[in-house]
Amino acid sequence: MNDCFAPEALEALRRDMLRFASLQLRDDAAAEDAVQEALAAALDGKRKFEGRAALKTWVFAILRNKIVDAIRQRSRSVNVSSLSAEEEAMDETFDSLFKPNAHWNPGKGPKAWGDPEAALGQEQFWAVFEACLKYLPANTARVFMMREFLEFDTDEVCAELKISSSNCHVILHRARNGLRRCLEQNWFAAGASSC
Amino acid sequence: MLTCKEVTHLLSEGQDRKLTVAERVRLEMHFLVCEGCGNFRKQMDFLRAACRRYVGERSRDDDRND
Ligand SMILES: [Zn+2]
Repeated sequence: MNDCFAPEALEALRRDMLRFASLQLRDDAAAEDAVQEALAAALDGKRKFEGRAALKTWVFAILRNKIVDAIRQRSRSVNVSSLSAEEEAMDETFDSLFKPNAHWNPGKGPKAWGDPEAALGQEQFWAVFEACLKYLPANTARVFMMREFLEFDTDEVCAELKISSSNCHVILHRARNGLRRCLEQNWFAAGASSC
Repeated sequence: MLTCKEVTHLLSEGQDRKLTVAERVRLEMHFLVCEGCGNFRKQMDFLRAACRRYVGERSRDDDRND
């Protein structure tokens, strides 16, 4: 038996999958289901893998489909376009960055992040990145991750979740601004004196 | 002239659709006089890159320089 099916390797893979699915579904039971189904489908023995990387790629491709199915099901019962208090608070915070003429308030504009690419190589950065994603309100996060992690076109995201395209843009804008502020405050400006 | 708030919306939409030439010209004119919005643009590009990398590192093995 190929060692990419060794128990420890499979367990590590399962953990990675679970984190990825939980982040997007915000529901541990649903995430667990999606992961089990994806693993079962990938390991049904009908396919041979050239090593661990190939298995991982394949299993994540299946997992993405399972996550999409779960989101689709949920979108039948959850109204994605309704605003939670958290989302309203995010919009108020965003508005507070501007003067009445809609230009940045002095000191509130986006900062230069120096060489942000360097952060991508640092493990600690990814912990902050995940924390910032978790900090986004559930619906906002779901739309954002469908766009950025599952790489749907924005039109497809709107269609799947049954929201108007202008609302889709509003939600994505909210998510992106929330994330960039969270990263700025907790990573890029951490230690810097400006606020 | 675009307001900074409008610029943030256009830059976010720029991640989702191709902006028109007119939109891009208006943005470039704004960046000439507004450092904050220039930073916002770089931050949007960085977010996209970070998301790609995040998914890539989780769904591929030992492939850190894709
Ligand atoms: Zn500006």
